[in-house]
Amino acid sequence: MAFTDEQLAGLQAEAAQIIARYPKSRSALLPLLHLVQAAEGYVSMDGVEFCARQLDLSEAEVTAVLSFYTMYKRKPVGDYHVGVCTNTLCAVLGGDAIYASLRSHLGTDGDDPTPDGKVSLERVECNAACDYAPVMLVNWEFFDNMTPDSARDLVDGLRAGADIVPTRGAPRLVTWREAARILAGFPDDQATGGQTAGGPTLAGLRIARQNGWSPDMADQAAAGSGAGQDRTDAGAHNGGPQ
Amino acid sequence: MTSVLTPELTARWDEPDSFTLAGYRRAGGYRALAKALAMPPDDVIAAVKESGLRGRGGAGFPTGMKWGFIPQGDGKPHYLVVNADESEPGTCKDIPIMLANPHALIEGAIIAAYAIRARQAFIYVRGEVLHVVRRVHHAVAEASEAGYLGSDILRSGFDLDIVVHAGAGAYECGEETALLDSLEGYRGQPRLKPPFPAIEGLYACPTVVNNVESIASVPYIIARGAPEFAALGTEKSKGFGIFSLSGHVTTPGQYEAPLGVTLRELLSLAGGVRAGHRLKFWTPGGSSTPIFTDKHLDVPLDFEAVGAAGSMLGTRALQIFDETTCVVRATLRWMEFYKHESCGKCTPCREGTYWIVGLLDSLERGEGSEADLDKLLDICDNILGRAFCPFGDGAVSPVVSSIKYFRDEFIEHSKRGGCPFDPAESTVFRDWRSSAR
Repeated sequence: MAFTDEQLAGLQAEAAQIIARYPKSRSALLPLLHLVQAAEGYVSMDGVEFCARQLDLSEAEVTAVLSFYTMYKRKPVGDYHVGVCTNTLCAVLGGDAIYASLRSHLGTDGDDPTPDGKVSLERVECNAACDYAPVMLVNWEFFDNMTPDSARDLVDGLRAGADIVPTRGAPRLVTWREAARILAGFPDDQATGGQTAGGPTLAGLRIARQNGWSPDMADQAAAGSGAGQDRTDAGAHNGGPQ
Repeated sequence: MTSVLTPELTARWDEPDSFTLAGYRRAGGYRALAKALAMPPDDVIAAVKESGLRGRGGAGFPTGMKWGFIPQGDGKPHYLVVNADESEPGTCKDIPIMLANPHALIEGAIIAAYAIRARQAFIYVRGEVLHVVRRVHHAVAEASEAGYLGSDILRSGFDLDIVVHAGAGAYECGEETALLDSLEGYRGQPRLKPPFPAIEGLYACPTVVNNVESIASVPYIIARGAPEFAALGTEKSKGFGIFSLSGHVTTPGQYEAPLGVTLRELLSLAGGVRAGHRLKFWTPGGSSTPIFTDKHLDVPLDFEAVGAAGSMLGTRALQIFDETTCVVRATLRWMEFYKHESCGKCTPCREGTYWIVGLLDSLERGEGSEADLDKLLDICDNILGRAFCPFGDGAVSPVVSSIKYFRDEFIEHSKRGGCPFDPAESTVFRDWRSSAR
């Protein structure tokens, strides 16, 4: 999509900020593509041309990079891009069923948005949340321990404009374009909100606390000094016994 | 009584402000930095060597040795690059570190950069974890504000800037040289080694690439001293690490323990395999490590013992599958992942993963034959050791190991003309049949 002069001026100013972060300008290409995606919702040939001009690259060089990375889209997706993990562990625990259910419920998949433009659907690979399987993502925020029913409620809510809160993520679910802007290196003000650690994240810590286990106690046992006792410097460093 | 679990990186994750500078400092955070900056950089490297810390990103290369490979006095800029592109299937430890305790990573990165004499560091975070990206940006901003980053850090004369760089969706970028190409603005494809990144890394300058958990372990080593870290673990696999239990287990989650703990011990803490079921197969360190079975419950989970038992410790990503799971389906899905994520640079990996998926797909549908198993193993033999990076070697792990332990199950599919398993039985919910229709 063609940029207006005003858009172009804004993009150029932000592109300059991104380029200034790096010792060599080409390193700015991935964040620049995120920036263009924030402006357009995807990366058009105009977006490619913009990146090429900022970095003194050819459009072919930019397209070669663009086409390698799955998070960049070549055509519009929904305001809320929904990913269902169907890598082995999530698939076996229910990801396949969730994906099949959503595909028939929404009547779309493969990044194409619903007719209202609200939601698009994609199978994603492992997203490093296996202890919360089956896992889904909306605009790259975690929705944990999903079922086919909760998944359908989620996408219905997204389409209806309901207040949707990620399981582990920002208190306010951002749009696809807002998310791309954060990835370009312009974070919003939501870093301090949202849940820090869910149940599985804390599973081992809870058991260790119940038993009074710590590296210090293990050290003493390893040194053959018998049962652990409180050390005078315990807790002096991060993670010492509380 | 001995501590089976040893929370250190995970120790404060349940505090609501654990991710903030205030929360981190309350527990003694950034004291290790002050201590390190008062040491000669070579002494910091020596301490990390003495600790025995080995890379927590899967390969297990000694971290201090990697730092020691950086040539000093060479007149070139040096770089530290943190590999936060966590994406090995089953691996889910770095994401919670960065969500709940990003300052341990930042403090470790500053110490590491000081040791290798780098003035510029990058944290390459995978793009698909938006809140993690926010938290890491926030931690860098807080650390800068407090004078832990920037010029003349803690009046030491040492300068450092950290740039948070978000990836864009490519598993291959977890491989260190592909990550460097990606960070330079190219397709994420691996480089031929040598030269190793320590000599020619980012922008052809000396570069250390370390995993998040490796770097986050450094403040403890400096603050407490290498011997305390080295006292834990086993002879050649020192210290503690996060073990991630997922799948058909009663209480999945993160369990931080000395290296050498066994799955039997971890499962006993996690309530065992889900009620009414039994262990069938599991990965010790992600999908790129050959699977184990219920015969391997007592293998000490350290680099040596897991290797001797025919697999690799990898990222300690313990994916547990019970007897309801079809191993052919699991293997096919993993191979679809490798086919999708192969960067395409090396022919054996690019073409081999394509043909493996085709064969496995027909086997899973009951249309294959026993001869296909030999063909699969032959293809694997032609990928293993024949690609630039370890991706190809990792990709054949699920195929070779599942045929090794479950050959009869593959043949059963062919005999029956279909899969003998009901996928509904493996799910964690009971109502999927009605829901899916």
